[in-house]
Amino acid sequence: MTVSAARVASRRLSNGVFVGFCYFVTAIALAFLAAVLWTLIQKGIGGISLDTFTMDTPASGSRGGLLNAIIGSILLCGLAMAIALFIGILAGTWLAEYAGDGRYGSAVRFINDVLLSAPSILVGLFIWYLLVAHLIHHFSGIAGSLALSLIAIPVIARTTEDVLRLQPTSLRESGAALGTPLWTVIRAILWRAGGSGILTGALLAFARISGETAPLLFTALNNQFRSFDMTHEMANLPVVMFNDALSAYDDLERLAWAAALIVSVSVLGVIIIARVLTREQKSR
Amino acid sequence: MLKKLAAGFAGIAAAAVCTGALAADISGAGATFPAPVYQKWAETYKAQTGNQLNYQPIGSGGGIKQIEASTVDFGASDKPLTPDVLAANGLQQFPTVIGGVVPVVNLPGIQPGGIKMTGPILSDIYRGLIVYWDDPHLTGLNPGLKLPHEKITVVHRSDGSGTSFLFTSYLTIMGPSWAKDVGASDSPNWPTGIGGKGNDGVAALTRQTEGAIGYVEYAYAKQNHMTYALMQNRDRHWVTPTAANFAAAAAGAQWTSAPGFYLLLLNQPGANSWPITGATFILMHKHQTNAAAAHNVLAFFDWAYKNGNPEAVSLDYVPLPDSVKALIRKSWNTILGPDGKPVYH
Amino acid sequence: MTEAAETRRPGVVTRSSPRGAGLEKLFEYLCFSAATMLLVTLGGILVSLVIGGWPAFSKFGLSFFITSTWDPVQGVFGVAALIVDTIVVAMLALLLAVPIAFGVAFFLVELCPPILRRPIGTAIELLAGIPSIVYGMWGLFVFGPVFAHIVEMPLMNAAPPGSIWDKLTQGVPNGTGILAASIIVAMMVLPFIAATLRELLLTVPPQVRESAYGLGATTGEVVMTVTLPYVRRGAIGAVMLGLGRALGETMAVTFIIGNAHNFPKSLFDSGATIASTIANEFAEATTPMHTAALLASGLILFVITFAVLAMARMMLGRGQESVVA
Repeated sequence: MTVSAARVASRRLSNGVFVGFCYFVTAIALAFLAAVLWTLIQKGIGGISLDTFTMDTPASGSRGGLLNAIIGSILLCGLAMAIALFIGILAGTWLAEYAGDGRYGSAVRFINDVLLSAPSILVGLFIWYLLVAHLIHHFSGIAGSLALSLIAIPVIARTTEDVLRLQPTSLRESGAALGTPLWTVIRAILWRAGGSGILTGALLAFARISGETAPLLFTALNNQFRSFDMTHEMANLPVVMFNDALSAYDDLERLAWAAALIVSVSVLGVIIIARVLTREQKSR
Repeated sequence: MLKKLAAGFAGIAAAAVCTGALAADISGAGATFPAPVYQKWAETYKAQTGNQLNYQPIGSGGGIKQIEASTVDFGASDKPLTPDVLAANGLQQFPTVIGGVVPVVNLPGIQPGGIKMTGPILSDIYRGLIVYWDDPHLTGLNPGLKLPHEKITVVHRSDGSGTSFLFTSYLTIMGPSWAKDVGASDSPNWPTGIGGKGNDGVAALTRQTEGAIGYVEYAYAKQNHMTYALMQNRDRHWVTPTAANFAAAAAGAQWTSAPGFYLLLLNQPGANSWPITGATFILMHKHQTNAAAAHNVLAFFDWAYKNGNPEAVSLDYVPLPDSVKALIRKSWNTILGPDGKPVYH
Repeated sequence: MTEAAETRRPGVVTRSSPRGAGLEKLFEYLCFSAATMLLVTLGGILVSLVIGGWPAFSKFGLSFFITSTWDPVQGVFGVAALIVDTIVVAMLALLLAVPIAFGVAFFLVELCPPILRRPIGTAIELLAGIPSIVYGMWGLFVFGPVFAHIVEMPLMNAAPPGSIWDKLTQGVPNGTGILAASIIVAMMVLPFIAATLRELLLTVPPQVRESAYGLGATTGEVVMTVTLPYVRRGAIGAVMLGLGRALGETMAVTFIIGNAHNFPKSLFDSGATIASTIANEFAEATTPMHTAALLASGLILFVITFAVLAMARMMLGRGQESVVA
């Protein structure tokens, strides 16, 4: 059977179109990334100086920086991660080691994956309803941390479960052969072996929540001053960005972009570190 | 490794939760219009006294809501509450500074103050009845201007706003048709246009869109070098929006006969009065459960009345006349603590 | 307990010492509670939205869903326009994101030189990591004006009057609106779809691909006729995952969509999604009915997103999705 030259040519043409299309859209995606990063650097650098890291958010016309917002974000994310690590690792462990193939386990896994992608503003509303509206009656850093932790827990639970499942059965068998109870096997052997994987999950979760704004809008709100009091409003970078990005005052707008640069750089840095860690894991 | 990480996070968390409240922290929330001056005052106040006042601009509606829910120590609103609403919620209000609402346009080639507007025309534009810039109403009013045949993009507030309340109240005074179609409110059902968040959102949208018209507090128009319109006031003079003309509008105001200081300085008589002027207000509960916090709030505003004029003026706000400030201080005697005594003397 | 452990994990016998037995149970219970917290959270969100939104549902009934009047002053609320806007923005975003995401995934799996695979893969992940609010700021200040000049105005001027194009390009060319918001959301959603699809494509057994190549198929043919159909179900799941994210996107949309409660009559019209409305109005919703209406619309968003994400989950099966940022 002969294949007509026209047919071959048309196949080559459509392949060319396909390949060209793939290159083209990848270039578009990368171009968008470059454009956003370029804007961040261009608009953000102008607002960064020593003041930015040593002084608090100013009123317009005064000298100031982002110190209180940076501290506040660290506090909010720190508390959120502490909560999320505690619950997330335990939940992931349960799913990997104790749940088996039961229906309840499948349901929890399913819910976890749904929560992973759920709109963060709804989480903010839930915590607002529970804490701000009903229990504590004012905005607080604790409410903000709680909202952030609810976003981080599914990430950590998921990665923990995946990492633990990847551990070879021989590890568990060796533990059992020594007569250790399951929970000691988990603690002493499995968690340790999967440590870097769990760390990667923690880093990804941290990257995710440090940029979140919507959950903080009605929980932690914002604070003009430096405060370490988590039971009241807490300054944070995302809400500073939200408030000041559209400000009429140029100096406040510059501050918002500086905050955007700081947040983006730390998030992207964390993601790159996480990727590097993953490569080390895989090559081991 | 994991232990260190968890310990690190737990350490931050512990530090966060253990540290208690700092000295005299008071919280307020509300209108975006006075936010620049409140935050400026707060900064200076902290430098002088060490007391911290945290003001968050979430909109007048938000300020009213938060103070009603007592989630903040005071609320701030450009829209004053009527005496009945005040009584129903056990609230007290008093004004702090005065400002003006200014219509701004984005038409290339037109200088600030280079275009004239009247209340009825604004009403028609915002109801979508005047659609193009070269409409006879506008060209008739501005014979020297070359207005393009371009659609007018109406910009308004997307959030609940005292600025909107002032603007729509003025349009209501200017014509019964506005009152019927839309009415005066902080969140009106706008017949047309796009919404920006906060005064800054409206300013940003107007600046970005050719052929746009919006309304903002004067400070925002000035800071952004926007093209403001001249308005015709009650005495049929064409006036520029300036601090002096806002003060002129406020000069004739009868504060003594306004219960709860409910006074809109709209369409006031006077040769130089700016027609859309208004004060911005603070809301507090009459019966305070936390006398110390209330005391601190009033101490702050007392300080601001005494010392805050220069900073207010530098940010383009109009301070209240001294006579009004004296009235306000007297009214504070009705803010009582749990023991029934006034919290501030 | 030992028997149960044996059925769960054949070959591994868990013997607990008398002292460890109680602690073992405690530990298991602790883990179980943590896992149950997830269910509790989901239930909590659902319950709080239902309770909070109930006043709006009971007052307006069916009209809440089918009318679009959103009048906080009169106390009349209807979310029809919000629902339509949310779905339109998400669908438009997908329309743009899916071809790009698929192209990127194919590129990374089939076409990319091995040295560049890691950097480009990381770059795509970075695209997902940039906070949503930064996209919003970038969209409004940088993308908007450029978009207005390069795309919106020429399209508006070129459209023959009276045609469908003319209708679609009505509105204000200032770089905000439905189309602008959709493009930004597309940018945010595409890395998730791309990363998930890439993981899927990597699960195709090499023999399957190689046998296709062995028959003389071109790269394009291998991908479109062999690899992609192999993961068809998961690919649909990846797309639905993107849809789920697009529906819930808040901060980027809030900045660019123009905040007007109306049905979109054209691509350049302003609109308002459920998420952007909540972000804009929640802090100042003075009347209880306004708050209830917002919580009720949050519930509707929750139900829609939940349904889409659930379907995505079923399509994807387990372990296919990558936890990207």
